[in-house]
Amino acid sequence: MDSVILKTAIRFLLPLLLLASVFLFLRGHNEPGGGFVGGLLASGAIALYAMTHGAAAARQVVRLPPRFLIGAGLLFALVSGVAPLFFGRPFLTGLWTKITTEGLGELHIGTPLLFDLGVYCVVTGVTLVFVFSLLEE
Amino acid sequence: MLLWLLAILIAAAVAPTVNRVVGSMDGVTLGGWVLAAVPAGVFIALLTLWPSVVNQQDVSVFVDWVPALNLAVSLRLDGLSLLFGLMVTGIGALILVYAGAYLRGDDRLGRLWMLLLLFMAAMLGLVLADNLLTLFIFWELTSITSYLLIGFNSDRPESRASALQALLVTGGGGLVLLPGLILLGLAGNSFEISALLTSAEQIREHSFYLPMLVLILVGAFTKSAQFPFHFWLPNAMAAPTPISAYLHSATMVKAGVYLIARLHPILGGTAEWFWIIASVGAITMLLGAVLALRATDLKQILAYATISVLGTLTLLLGIGTEATLVAALAVLVAHACYKGGLFMVAGAIDHSVHQRDVRELGGLRMAMPATFAAACLAGCSMAGVLPTFGFIAKETWYESIGHVAGNGFLAASILANLGLVAAVGFVCVKPFFGRRTESTHHAHEGGPAMWGPPVVLGIAGLALGLLPTRISELLAAGSGAIAGRAVPVHLALWHGVNVTLLLSLLTLAGGGALYWILRQGQLHRLKPYFYFFEGVMQYGPSRVYHWLLRTVNQFARGQTAMLQNGYLRFYLFTMVGLTVASVWMALGGELHSHLKPMPLDVRVHEVLLACLILAAAVVAVRATTWLLAVGALGVVGYCVAGIFVLFGAPDLAMTQFVIETLTVVLFVMAFSRLPDFRRLTSVATRGRDALIAVVAGATITVLLLFAMTVRSSHPISDYYLAHSVSEAHGRNVVNVILVDFRALDTLGEITVLAIAAIGVYSLLSLRPSKQADGEGDAADGAAGSFKESSPETRHDSAAGHASQPEGA
Repeated sequence: MDSVILKTAIRFLLPLLLLASVFLFLRGHNEPGGGFVGGLLASGAIALYAMTHGAAAARQVVRLPPRFLIGAGLLFALVSGVAPLFFGRPFLTGLWTKITTEGLGELHIGTPLLFDLGVYCVVTGVTLVFVFSLLEE
Repeated sequence: MLLWLLAILIAAAVAPTVNRVVGSMDGVTLGGWVLAAVPAGVFIALLTLWPSVVNQQDVSVFVDWVPALNLAVSLRLDGLSLLFGLMVTGIGALILVYAGAYLRGDDRLGRLWMLLLLFMAAMLGLVLADNLLTLFIFWELTSITSYLLIGFNSDRPESRASALQALLVTGGGGLVLLPGLILLGLAGNSFEISALLTSAEQIREHSFYLPMLVLILVGAFTKSAQFPFHFWLPNAMAAPTPISAYLHSATMVKAGVYLIARLHPILGGTAEWFWIIASVGAITMLLGAVLALRATDLKQILAYATISVLGTLTLLLGIGTEATLVAALAVLVAHACYKGGLFMVAGAIDHSVHQRDVRELGGLRMAMPATFAAACLAGCSMAGVLPTFGFIAKETWYESIGHVAGNGFLAASILANLGLVAAVGFVCVKPFFGRRTESTHHAHEGGPAMWGPPVVLGIAGLALGLLPTRISELLAAGSGAIAGRAVPVHLALWHGVNVTLLLSLLTLAGGGALYWILRQGQLHRLKPYFYFFEGVMQYGPSRVYHWLLRTVNQFARGQTAMLQNGYLRFYLFTMVGLTVASVWMALGGELHSHLKPMPLDVRVHEVLLACLILAAAVVAVRATTWLLAVGALGVVGYCVAGIFVLFGAPDLAMTQFVIETLTVVLFVMAFSRLPDFRRLTSVATRGRDALIAVVAGATITVLLLFAMTVRSSHPISDYYLAHSVSEAHGRNVVNVILVDFRALDTLGEITVLAIAAIGVYSLLSLRPSKQADGEGDAADGAAGSFKESSPETRHDSAAGHASQPEGA
């Protein structure tokens, strides 16, 4: 894939796309978005980068091996499911707490956020495994 | 009780680290002692509950796991559980220490400890479980950990084969057990064992009583190596000795016996119970004793002797009178003490002289005095010599069985015991007395971690024999749990001179004589009988196993060659065709009444979008380069996403946009390595494909139209809309459904995704021959249509492709 335009563009687009994916992930609970689409966007951006700059360079961008992302994601989801058991609630019940911070106002934080983070990580990891194994074949 | 399990699991998790940190100190392997502290602690915790348990006050824990599905984790400690729990943790602690000495300096020691602790947690959970499903899960966990343990020397093919055999036999038994337990739960209206006790009458008169009994018993028999499933146990001796000592004498193989005992108050007391269990037990008992004399390998002798004792336990439980239940538990305790010890002795000998063939062993008593002492203690208990606990166990056994079950079973018991006494001769006398042989010339004693544990077990056997009052309490509580009512137990070492004592002495004398005869090489006179047994008992079931394994593999190969033939076209054809066919079979007659003409209320831009989709689809089909085809497909996807936008599904649209982009990128990556498009299909083939495509599309259209008309009156979306903010603190209902309302589904989905990633990774990265395969793909892609080749070549190419379905 030797396209100078794509190569140059993706270098600038990558941070923006990754930022957008985090944005999508964070707003997901109240506005369209979420961990799934956020993870897809992130892996799409990295896939484009991998296609133009090679898998090795893309691996350096990600830093973590994709397998690790998958494992971590599953662990996050599992932890968010197990956590309520310690409060006497059934598996996967959402636990919520309010945090008030200056400038942001009242913020609801709960285990579903952790669960969604797990989805984000698994989706990113899985897609990157596909991409990297295709490219490195 | 959950904390005990957790503590053992944590110990398992840190075992490799402990090995790295502590185990590296030269000379002594401390890690085993450190880790053994955990089961020892649980052992003491169990002991503190002894007083309340023997007073019939059960301790129970109940965790409502998924109340909506009636899934709960419930544990209960009664006399039976306490007895088994003490064995599991007590012997487990000794084994951990012993394993440290046995594999000293081996870098796999951490793994061994971890697996042993995992198994210990599973086994402890199994004996504590009060819920049939909890019990089943722990049951399966013991099978899996046992598989890993038997195959510990994973570089040796025979140990892998033995591990697989044990897994298939016990795992297969588990599969049979599950429907049995479910039937039982349904018949008794509960999966809690303590609740089932109250409806025992109703269960025994249930019309499915016999099927459930047989299913459960098959599970128990496979686990406890009863005839005809006994053959896996001797093969499991491929495991390192600490594992054999723990799993295959003291704990796992007793799981089946435990299950029978546990379910006795619910299912027991019927004629079916008596005849199935008692006869299988009696056959196994005799068979094990005979085969033990045939073996020459120390561990094999012990394995067959274990089978014999397991048969005894089954027999006693099958007879099921109060006295035999007490006898069963007494034999169980005695056996756990002496057999674990004897295995460790065998391991110590093997470790010292690297020889387990009894014919090659001799004169070790001076070289290994401590091991010899342990062997003596254990051997006396096994042979039933005064004043060990083995003697008391044998007395109770003879006494109980003579009273109730007629002389047939008593005679069988005595015969089996003759064999066991003779086996003691081969294990405890032959290696230690006589002259030193060539292989025992350099024998030396192992460290205290090596001879300590068997000596401790031997002393335990002796102490229980000398002071049987305390253990009587526990046996009373245990047999009370099996019988379902209080059972008085008064064990004593000396009952006076009576028939039972005479029988015991007779057994000892006869067994000694048998040993002497066999030892003098008079074996050939008995050989014809042995061959008869070998043919029928030893090789019969084993042959069936191998035949089954071969047949299943052949069937799978044939089926794979037929279904997974490596042509992507064929897969698509099958999937689409089956979907279409099943949709039409389901819709069939109902279609007419439901499909009504709908008012066409479309706007211009919607029509334009639809036309764009159609045009892009045609371009994709007619494309002559892969880049054009991929691009056109991308257009189709984007337009579909556009439809989602128009009809108010922004989440879906967004996901679709990203997915389409990713798909195009992935396609480009994959296709850039393939040769250019070539049109090699005939007009007829293309016509057929077009027909399939049109029919499939039409089917989906009809299905969607149909789905519009069968909406139920209360869509669940109302509920989600109403509760999304109040309960899940989110305004985006789609996301709330994904991460909260139906998070369990999502959890399953991401797990599947992860598994898919493993699949793709292994297919793409771990191919044995990438080069040869690439050529195969190219040739395959050029073939264009179904090859009408002869079955022979088709089979070959299919087999070649079965492992790489991503081809074509």
